[in-house]
Formats: sequence, structure tokens, C-alpha cells
Amino acid sequence: MAIEYLGLSAINGPLVVLEGVENAAFDEIVEMIVDGNRRQLGRVIEVYKDKAVIQVFGGTEGMALRNTHTRLTGRPLELGVSVEMLGRTLNGIGAPIDGLGDIDPEKFLDVNGKPLNPVSREYPRNYIRTGISAIDGLTTLIRGQKLPIFSGNGLPHDQLAAQIVQQASLGDAPGASDDGATGPGGEDSGGADDGASFAIVFAAMGVKHDVADFFRRTFEESGALSHVAMFLNLANDPVVERLITPKVALTLAEYLAFEKGMHILVILTDMTSFAEAMREISSSKGEIPSRKGFPGYLYSELATVYERAGIVRGLPGSVTQIPILTMPNDDITHPIPDLTGYITEGQIVLDRALHGQSVYPPISVLPSLSRLMKDGIGKGFTREDHQDVANQLFSSYAKVGEARALASVIGEDELSDVDKKYLAFGLAFEQRFVGQDPLENRTIFQTLDIGWELLRMLPKSELDRIDTKLLDAHYAEADTAQTPPGA
Amino acid sequence: MAKSGVIYGINGPIVTILGDVGFQMHEMVHVGAQKLVGEVIALASGKTTVQVYEETAGMRPGEPVVGTGAPISVTLAPGILNNIFDGIERPLSSLKEINPIYIERGAAVDALDHSKKWETHLTVKNGDSLFGGAIIAMVPETPAVTHKIMLPPDAEGVVCDAVPDGEYTIDDTLLQIKGRDGKLRPITMTQKWPIREARPISKRFPATVPLVTGQRILDTLFPLAKGGTAAVPGGFGTGKTMTQHQIAKWSDADIIIYIGCGERGNEMTQVLEEFTELIDPKSGNPLMDRTTLIANTSNMPVAAREASLYSGLTLAEYYRDMGYDVAIMADSTSRWAEALREISGRLEEMPAEEGFPAYLASRLSAFYERSGMTQNLSGTEGSITIIGAVSPQGGDFSEPVTQNTKRFVRCFWGLDKNLAYARHYPAIQWMTSYSEYLQDLAPWYTKQVDPKFVDYRNRLVYLLTQESSLMEIVKLIGGDVLPDDQKLVLEIAKVIRLGFLQQNAFHKEDTCVPMSKQFRMMEIILYLYKKSRSLISMGMPMSVLMQDGIFDQVVSMKYDIPNDKPEMFDEYRERIDKFHDAVIARNG
Repeated sequence: MAIEYLGLSAINGPLVVLEGVENAAFDEIVEMIVDGNRRQLGRVIEVYKDKAVIQVFGGTEGMALRNTHTRLTGRPLELGVSVEMLGRTLNGIGAPIDGLGDIDPEKFLDVNGKPLNPVSREYPRNYIRTGISAIDGLTTLIRGQKLPIFSGNGLPHDQLAAQIVQQASLGDAPGASDDGATGPGGEDSGGADDGASFAIVFAAMGVKHDVADFFRRTFEESGALSHVAMFLNLANDPVVERLITPKVALTLAEYLAFEKGMHILVILTDMTSFAEAMREISSSKGEIPSRKGFPGYLYSELATVYERAGIVRGLPGSVTQIPILTMPNDDITHPIPDLTGYITEGQIVLDRALHGQSVYPPISVLPSLSRLMKDGIGKGFTREDHQDVANQLFSSYAKVGEARALASVIGEDELSDVDKKYLAFGLAFEQRFVGQDPLENRTIFQTLDIGWELLRMLPKSELDRIDTKLLDAHYAEADTAQTPPGA
Repeated sequence: MAKSGVIYGINGPIVTILGDVGFQMHEMVHVGAQKLVGEVIALASGKTTVQVYEETAGMRPGEPVVGTGAPISVTLAPGILNNIFDGIERPLSSLKEINPIYIERGAAVDALDHSKKWETHLTVKNGDSLFGGAIIAMVPETPAVTHKIMLPPDAEGVVCDAVPDGEYTIDDTLLQIKGRDGKLRPITMTQKWPIREARPISKRFPATVPLVTGQRILDTLFPLAKGGTAAVPGGFGTGKTMTQHQIAKWSDADIIIYIGCGERGNEMTQVLEEFTELIDPKSGNPLMDRTTLIANTSNMPVAAREASLYSGLTLAEYYRDMGYDVAIMADSTSRWAEALREISGRLEEMPAEEGFPAYLASRLSAFYERSGMTQNLSGTEGSITIIGAVSPQGGDFSEPVTQNTKRFVRCFWGLDKNLAYARHYPAIQWMTSYSEYLQDLAPWYTKQVDPKFVDYRNRLVYLLTQESSLMEIVKLIGGDVLPDDQKLVLEIAKVIRLGFLQQNAFHKEDTCVPMSKQFRMMEIILYLYKKSRSLISMGMPMSVLMQDGIFDQVVSMKYDIPNDKPEMFDEYRERIDKFHDAVIARNG
């Protein structure tokens, strides 16, 4: 069991080859001692009779063919999990780095996880109110969903994620004007009881130090830090570790959710670094690349991360994921956002042009989507007219694009009256519906009322997505009463 | 007895054995101490390659690989319907008993329940002379579907020792077949069939009957024939899965095999939940009673994903042989192609386009060619219709999977991102989609729906084509400068788009629309066009025509006219007449 092997037969980037080993298992973890003092962890990624290819988490700097002792542990990478990890800062493979001492694990779990049985799953239906109109109204977040933010460098995805974390609460009960249970960041007293079972697992892969610091500060300011477990692999930390970080974080999340009954919100940033790390390792392994040099199993690997979200029938907890990824060159067809979109249940896309117009949050609503929305809104969840209003806003805003394209060719003055109304609607939609203050926390009713207010800027005959009855009930409101709703 | 070897190397799902231990190609093997299911995929004198259908973590060189002597197969017997399996026919509900939350590795469970007793009625008696594939018994498998027990295709002879009607398990011998050589062969309800081999048939028929789905853009514009093939390509969020769900729910197939291949776990859960609750309008039973789900979600082992399509296909062929119309939803074939690519990469094969192996096209064609309307060995007629979703990378239809699929399907429902952005669902682009079945099905429409059906359909498409070319002009100079007759084309096309093509899957009436209503809707729209054109030709401007709101009324007739009240269409006809006369009265 505890045989130590001295020396290596090859080192290539983050990979080392060990020959003459006995009984090495695929995917097991090895411990390496470099120069007699430095401890490194590695993982067996390929094995042939007496030869093992090992991926070293900490990087191979300082390793030589002769100065390394390797010991097989006989186990896959395991994380010692504990509720105590909330409030702590850990490195990319789950070791504490905040100087507060060791964590006493309640249990060791394989970080690779296992696929959730579709029969055991419960289809998610409870909506999470984020207080952000563009999300609540048009791409509603559902508890147990995986909803990524597609962003670009320099866009405020971090602020948006932080705002979601602070404002997330369990929906407005229909009819009740008051907040329901609140997230850890909510200042409302309502959070006291349910807040205890709500926690955040934050995993940073290859992000800048500033970004990690921003999140820490935000959590601290909102008083949520004691409910947050932070796994940090910063931009200058070893690349290989990045491949493990999201899995480590999700292992803790699953433990807290399904064994401790907590509602867990997982923030993974930045998934692009995760995928890039995979490409780096793949190329040093000499694998055949598929698109843009990424390995053919990029989809499967991303899926093993994203699919670890959901609700299990009969258990109280849930795992909701908000992965953040920066689209290289703002290109949504790049393999990383593209494959992500095929796995996740929708996406929130940020737009540089809107950001340029100082619209916060700069959510580009047309490509944004929440697949679980349809079953978590409407009568009994949010409000009867929610789906129709959302459809109409999408449809009308799509026409704004056509009107703008036309205006740029023939000039605004030449547009028909209806098209001019669309231009005005488009602007108001961006400013008042999408745009809001970073601290503003809107109820779903406010959001929908703003939606109606905007739709009234258009002639009634243009509103073709709304059920006639709802249209008659709501469109007339302003004509007769002249009261701005939501005021 | 069983041949065996020892593991030499492990790389992800690929395990190699040094030397040749006598395994056959595609033989099912048990790999390692945990006895994971695997399949031999390459043989050389110096090396045997096995793909393992489960996660290989923790496996070591030196562990045994034991052959089973048979190719990887599915078990065919009552109990398949109203069930959910993984890619190699392990029922997920049995796996749930082993671990209530996650799917455990190496869990050995039976594909079907061996202890359940099925009420069996034999349709043959001692002394009957039977040929291979003949139907010997009836078992009510679910309230909706009668399972017809057949002889294996290779069994032929005279019936002996037939049991009386009664309750039997799938392992009980129902009768013996005395072959020409005089040997007795016991026959049970169970058959095993290799998934990569098509079940034999007598002959194929041309496609003449449409698969009626209740979706207007499909049934009317781009119909799919029973026994046909269709592809639904689209970028993420364009509604591939939604389209598949709608067809699975409302199509008039007898049996639905829904293969979730590398897709989301929640989607399978949704199908399972919804189909258990939803009632099939035809039989009055829950939809699950005619449905089998095969789930290999995106985080389940990749090799089983490759197999899941074939498993589903074999189940479908089995029900086809009983004389049923089976529809297969494969969501998504791109994930299957990627599984091929991943395994091919690990085998270090020479890649063709975008890393896909060169045999991608031949595998795709082999898959789609297992569809068809056929006469079966049992003498019955059945069909397999394949509807494959394609998830093109970056929504770009020029990528290899979409292009190769296009070569082998005859119906192409291209989903469009811009339509989806505007929430025009189903987001099937009418300009890029096509159906080659239109000609074949025209006699059916003429006979079963209305002689004018095909003509109306073509006029609808013509109007949409005109709109598309007019929009080019509108984009450049605005709509106001167009002459009134062209404005009318735009308005009518808008009515067609909003009132006909767009269909609300969440609306009680609109989610599934009978053919007769589809026809009447077309009729009303074209009647409106005819009457409006006559007004325009009298010199009435378009703005006058728009005042009456009749266009909006026609748009919302899909909601306002219930499916069971076709007589209301006459009222709309009158309204259009009234509108026509009113405009003349006002401006004449």
C-alpha cells in the first residue's frame, strides 16, 4: 500500500510519467514529495500495465526526474466535507487558506460525484425572486436551475452575480405584498428562520485577485460571509487545480443540499478558465483536438459540472447554479458558451452596447432565456399575466431591432408612426425595464407593472401575444384610471 | 467456459487488453472487479479494445475482463412501456432502489421484471405450423397497448405443448416449437436482440400516410410520413426539445420511444412527470402508457450514450414487428455524434471534419435507414418514424453533423434563432425547412382532409415567399412606400405567421390542432385575402382595410374557435363578408 516510488521517467508540462508502478488505478490520487519537503498532489489520468500518466495539480516547477517520491493513495480525490466550511476560505482543492485552522471533516466524498438519477429528481418549480426586472420578468430563475451568465471582459457580471446573491429570496407569495423568506444577504428580518438553511458556495477558477476580493467584500458587507464557502483558485494558481475546483465546490454543495437539507446557490466563475485549463492539459497529453483546439470531451466535462444542480424528490434541499463565463471576443458561438448553452437551462447574456449606454444590468434580453421559467410562473406562482407580458415584451423588443435597422437606413423621420412608437418603446424598455439601480430590489408586481406601462406605449393592435382577456383587463388600466401602477 | 483477459491499459472509457483472447467484435464483456458492462469495439492480433459503459475510475491494470459470448443486446418482453431505462436498458427505477439519489456504478439489475405475472392469451394451438416472427400470444402490457408475443425470427415449426391462457412471467415457457430437424425449442415471452443489428422484415412500403402531430407548421407545411425521417436542427434555446415533446405528446403514433441522449436530467424528469399526468386524447390513458424513455443524460457515461440510440431503435423495431406505428424522438443526435468523436479520439483514429471520425456519415445513414413503413414477419404492417434533433455547434448548420444528417433525412425542420428571440414558437423557419414527403402524401390529404388542401398549402407558402422578398425592400426603404396590393401581402403573411404558424404549446386548445381545423383556418385566411384583394383592386387603401380589426380577429381564431366547434368558421366567413360590404358601404 505505502510503496514509495523514487523518480519519474518523463515530465511534460503538468503531466509526469511514472514507470514500474504496481497496481495504479485509473483516476486515483497520488502524493508526491519534491526535494524531500514540498508536497504535491496528482491524479492518474492514464494507466498501462506498469506505467502511469499523472497530472500534477500544483504544477511541475522544481520537479526533476530524480528528486520526486511518489506514493499511491489508492483513492480518488476526496473532499472532507463539513458544515463548518461555511464562512471559510479554501484553496482550489479544498484546503483552508484563511489561517483559521484545519476543518474537522464529517465525511469524505469523491469529488467526481455521481450522476443524479432522473427518476430521483424533482422538476424544479419554485421561482427565486432576484429583484432584477430583466431576470424576474423575462428569464425567471428557478430554485434548482442552472442559469449561467454569459459575459465579456469588462462587463459587470460580478456586480450582477453579487446583486443576485444579496437579493435572492423565495418569491413573492401571490397576494402577499411582503417578502417571503430572504436570502442571507437580505436585510429583511424575514430571513431569520429560512436564512439559516440558505448558503452560498463560491468557486473561483483562474479569476483575478481583485475579483475574488470584490466578492469577499460584498459578502462581508451584506453580512453573508458566514454562509459562504469560498474556493479560490486565482489566476496565478496552478492551472491543473482549476479542473478540480468546481467539482470540489459542487461536492460540498451536494452534501449541504442533499444531506443537510440546505438551499445552496453555487456561483462558479469563470468557467472559461476551467475550459481553457482543459485545453491546456489536453494538448500536453497529445490528444486530437476538435473545435478551436478544445478536446472532444469538453461537452461531457462541462456537463459533469453543470448537471450537478437540481432538487431530489422527497429531500428538502436544492442546488442552484449560476456559472459565470466570459465569452472570448464576445462571441456567443465560441465553443465554451455554445456548449454551455446546450447543457444549462437557459442563459443570461450581457451586452457591451447596453453597458456602453450605462444601462445596468446590461442584460441583452433577446438571447437570454430561462427554460424552467414556463412552469414556475403564472397563476399560483407569480401573476396570471406573467407569461403573456414576457412574451409580448420579447416580441415587441425584437421588432424594435427591425425599426432601428430601418431607421439607420432611411432616417428616423421617414419611419411610419408605428415604427416611431417602437423606437420610443425600445428606449424606454432599456432604460426603465432592464435598467435599474444596483441596490434596487423590485417585486415581481412592480416588474410586471412596468412591463404593462411600457406596452401601453404601443398601439393595442400590436400586442398580439397577450390573451385577449388579459389585454382588455390591463391595457385599459391607464386609459381609464391614469394612475401609474407600481408607484 | 467464458473467455477472459486481463486489463493492460485504461484511458477514460477505453480499456485495452494485450493480445487476442478470442472475444468477438461487439461482444458484451464484464470489465474489472466491479463487472462494469463493456463492449469490444476493435480487435487486432496484438490488442483488444473495449469501451466501458460506466465510469472507469478506480480500475486497475491486471483486473479481469470476462466475455459473455454474445453481442450487446436488449431484452424484449412485456414491461418495456411506461418505463425509463438508461442507455443499456437498465431501468432507472431499479437503480434508484440501490441508491436513492445517484446512479451507482456496476449496479447489476435486470432490464425487465422477471417476477411479474402477465395475463396471457395464446392465439395459437398445438399443431399450428408457424414461421419465424409469427404472433403467438397477446398480453395487455398497459391499458393502452396490447403486447403481441412473437416467435424469434429464426424459430420455425410446429407448435407443441402450448400452455392454457393464464398468468405467466416473462421466463415461463409458453410453448415448444418443433423444428424441421425434429428438435423442440422452448419459447418464452422474452427475446434478446443485438442492438446494432436491425430486426428482419418482409418488405418495405413507400410512405403514404402522414404522422399527424397536431402542430400546424408540421402537418400542413412540412409533413412527415409514417416511416419517414426528420431532422430538427437548431442552436440552443430555439426549441428542439419543445418540438420533440410536442410530437411525443400529440402525434398519432401508437408507441413513442423517447431517447434523451446526452441532454439535461431535468428534461427527462419533466417528460416523466408530464407524460404520467397527461392523457392521450386517442386512448384516454396516460401518455406514459404508450411511451418508453431512454435516458442517458449529459453527465452519464459517454459510451452508453453511443449505445442509447441503438437500444431505443431496437425497442422500436420490436414494437413495429407487432404492427404498431412507432415514433422515435432522438434528442439529440449531435450528442451521439460527439460520443462517437470522443471515443474515436481516445482510439487515436485519424479524424475527418472537426475531429469527427470519417465513419460519421455511414453511422448516421445506418441509423436513419432503420426507419420505414414495413410489412413484418408476423404479417402485420408497422412503421418506425425517426425524428432526430441536431444541436449544431454555434447554431451553424454547415457543421458536419447537420450536413450529413441532411443527406439521409427527407424532412428538415430548421429552427431559427431570430424567431426564437422574438418568441415565435415553434421557431421553425418556413423558408429553410422542407419536406420531400409532400408529393407522397398529397393523395392522403386529398382523400382524408380536403381535395383543396394541397392547393391551399401551396398558396400559403407562396404568400410567405412573397413576404420574404418584399421584406428585403421594406428593410431598405420602409413599408410605407409599397403599393397597396403588396402591403396586403405583408398583412396577410403576418396573419399566417401569427395566426397559423405560431402555435402556443401551453394553450389548452392550441397545443394540438386536428387536421380539419388546420384546413379551415387556411381557408379563412385565404378567404380574407381574396376579399381584401378585391377591395384593393377597387382602389381602397390598405389603411382603410385595417380599421375594422378583422385581421386581428382572424389571427386569434386559433384561440377563439375551440377544436370541437368547426361550425364557428362559417361565422368568420360571414364576418369577412360583412367587413367587405362595410368597407364598400363606407368608402364606395
